[in-house]
Amino acid sequence: MAALLDISGLNKSFGGIKATDDLNLSVEPGELHAIIGPNGAGKTTLISQLCGLQRPDTGAIRFKGRDVTHVPPHRRARLGMTRSYQITSLIMEMSVRDNIALAVQARDGHAFRFIAAARKDRRLREQADALLARVGLQAKADMKAVALSHGEHRHMEIAIALASQAELMLLDEPMAGLGSEETKAMVKLLKGIKGKHSILLIEHDMDAVFALADRISVLVYGHIIATGTPDDIRSNSAVQQAYLGEDA
Amino acid sequence: MDLSLLVIQMLNGLQLGLLLFLVASGLTLVFGILDFVNLAHGALYMLGAFFCATLTFALGNFLLAVFVSIPIMAAVGWVLERVLARPLYARDHLDHVLGTFGAILVIDTLVHLIWGPEGIQVPLPDYLEGQVPLWGDVVVPTFRLLIIGAGLGAAGLLFWLVNYTRLGMLIRAGASNRTMVSALGINIEMLFALVFALGAALAGLAGMLIAPITEASIGMGNNIIITAFVVIIVGGIGSMKGAFIAALLIGLIDTLGRSFLDDIFKFAMSTEAAETSAPAVSAMLIYIIMAAVLAFRPQGLFPPKVR
Amino acid sequence: MTRKTWITLAAMVALAVLPPVFYWTGNAFYLDLATRLTILAIAAVSLNLILGYGGLISFGHAAYLGLGAYAVGIPAYHWLYDGIGDWATNGFVHIGLAVAITSTFALITGAICLRTRGVYFIMITMAFAQMIYYLIVSIETYGGDDGLVIDTRSEFPGLNLDKPLQLFGLAYVSLVVVMLLVNMIVNSRFGMVLQAAKGNNERTVTLGFNTYIFQLVAYVISGAIAGYAGALLGNFTTFISPEMMDWRTSGELMFMVILGGTATILGPVLGSAAFILLEEILVDSLTWVEHLLDGILGMKIELSNYWHLPFGLLLIIIVLYVRGGLMGLINRKED
Repeated sequence: MAALLDISGLNKSFGGIKATDDLNLSVEPGELHAIIGPNGAGKTTLISQLCGLQRPDTGAIRFKGRDVTHVPPHRRARLGMTRSYQITSLIMEMSVRDNIALAVQARDGHAFRFIAAARKDRRLREQADALLARVGLQAKADMKAVALSHGEHRHMEIAIALASQAELMLLDEPMAGLGSEETKAMVKLLKGIKGKHSILLIEHDMDAVFALADRISVLVYGHIIATGTPDDIRSNSAVQQAYLGEDA
Repeated sequence: MDLSLLVIQMLNGLQLGLLLFLVASGLTLVFGILDFVNLAHGALYMLGAFFCATLTFALGNFLLAVFVSIPIMAAVGWVLERVLARPLYARDHLDHVLGTFGAILVIDTLVHLIWGPEGIQVPLPDYLEGQVPLWGDVVVPTFRLLIIGAGLGAAGLLFWLVNYTRLGMLIRAGASNRTMVSALGINIEMLFALVFALGAALAGLAGMLIAPITEASIGMGNNIIITAFVVIIVGGIGSMKGAFIAALLIGLIDTLGRSFLDDIFKFAMSTEAAETSAPAVSAMLIYIIMAAVLAFRPQGLFPPKVR
Repeated sequence: MTRKTWITLAAMVALAVLPPVFYWTGNAFYLDLATRLTILAIAAVSLNLILGYGGLISFGHAAYLGLGAYAVGIPAYHWLYDGIGDWATNGFVHIGLAVAITSTFALITGAICLRTRGVYFIMITMAFAQMIYYLIVSIETYGGDDGLVIDTRSEFPGLNLDKPLQLFGLAYVSLVVVMLLVNMIVNSRFGMVLQAAKGNNERTVTLGFNTYIFQLVAYVISGAIAGYAGALLGNFTTFISPEMMDWRTSGELMFMVILGGTATILGPVLGSAAFILLEEILVDSLTWVEHLLDGILGMKIELSNYWHLPFGLLLIIIVLYVRGGLMGLINRKED
């Protein structure tokens, strides 16, 4: 079966510094593929190129067999690729439900409607409420996003990713800044999603990654030094030297 | 087309370009380093003209008045930074725009109150009143040459300041990375105030130089500020080199467009059509150029390096 | 209904009832004031659509007012001097022209402005407005600097705009329709995207919305409404000069929106009212001081020309110390 996402020979430099260095990676349908790597390994630059906010210098990104390297971000989203943000990126002055409803609307299409009140649109509302229930935030639907805690914001990010019903979810450090209890809740949430969507997970939290991933790739200085199952990666000496060794 | 007229208009364009640079350089510095939108920058240009006018009468010498007015303008800039700009740095651009718009109203009305509604003619000393022959019967007013010389001198001084001094190093560092400069333990507030004062002095100088030609008048600042905006948009906001090149470009295009566009149009259309359409097109010319530049390079011709 | 809705209704009823009462009781001046207020409020509501809801700081809105007014003045001029036929005084032609010209101008300039962000956007909208200003100044046929007298008002069947009360009525009904229209737009699916792009543009793009198109459509709608307001303004003043599209006017419109409270439906209307009243109060009190100085000290200083001084100071104080505008005060009490 062809890979859902296929990245080949990706390069990106910022004034002489290689943020992405001949990067090759694939995500199979239904797979949860995690990327780990030390700080400054170029994880966020990679996500930005995947969702189209940055252009790679060379290389190709293929999604569902189609070359999307030069497709603008809003089109990639419509093709079925969605991303969450490492630094919480919500529309803070809108309500929690409106944030989710907007994501529902993005998949639903029909955004050029000027007449009917969107907040009274039952289809948007019901789907948004169902998603909020799924991530455990139904009680806070009417609050402004800004009023929620950091952990709750992370859950909102997941709900937004789910709302898009994207075939591929790019999750940029969903555990960032979470306490241990919150991390457990997030791992549980992601376990529930896993298998229904293909996920490219970028994450710092090793325990979470080894608990969730089908395959893991290790990114160091913009280059993938190893890819394999969690067991392969644990026993890989190059990885231990470059990365895990520092932690141990 | 008359060659001597062309030369004279080129010099006039150069002169306008240099004055625009003096105004635009301050704007672009203040924006590049302070991320502050100062609509009242044109009001400083106007104040320079009025201070210089009054001091010319008081001291009896235009050049002396210019030298005294420059530090006064720097002080005005310093005060403006303290009172209005500093509390607004942390706010969004909308608040900058509204606050400095209020400052324009206050400064304009104060000038009206103090100096009256009429413009003030600034007399030049005799040795600047004459004309210098270039060749044949082409002559240029001495004072216009002085403006060009002073403008080039100020531009050169600014380049030296920004590129070869410690203050300049901080300015350049601040323009590309504000947090880094404050992390270095530099007194960032002092740096900001200095930059503001420098910008005010430059804008004021431009106003002083133009005053003997056009007279000091209340609307002058509001006219030049938008042209200066066009300059820094075309040049790339925050870029000194961009401001310089764009200022000369805009100055030349505007001046030459106003004097020769009807002649150019006559090649393509009837004399009558050319004479009616040329003034309208030349009035819009620099904005059309701005639009064209933006359509291809939204960040301007010389965008400063990414922060 | 919430307190906000009640206040909105009460304010709009007051605006409908008070001016005619003033007129019938012999204070025609106040009706004029109310008509001006109402027309400026339409422009402010349109500006609020992009500024308040869209987060697009346009500093060139006066150009749309001016273009709308010239769309009345220019056909009327040719009707009078060139005898181009009575269609040139038809109100529907005037309004059609005003809306067509301003939406085209908004489409072309918006397409360029919206490629940029933040401070670029502010400066470019300002520059394009100034371009229109200089364009009008350069056309001597229509009076250039001196402006153009509009010799005949727009003609609508069954309506006589020469009657101040009918002109006010048209402006008032227009304001209500525009408020309802903007309210509908901002609460629609389209409006949700517009507001989301204001809050977080990148997120909205990665969700799959081409925010550029949404913002451009809003920009054109806003420009067209302001053009309509301009056509009314031309009918009200019967004189139009480039001065009216000066960036000072743009700044004043912005002040109305901010003073009243951005991203609220009533805010811009309250802001316009506050602005008009403030102008009157400042001019009146300066005139009073003038008389006082003259009477007591024998000093003859004309002060009423200087109302922009206290106005500017007030603006600075509001920017520095008052957040959220007048609607902010109303909402705060509700909390």
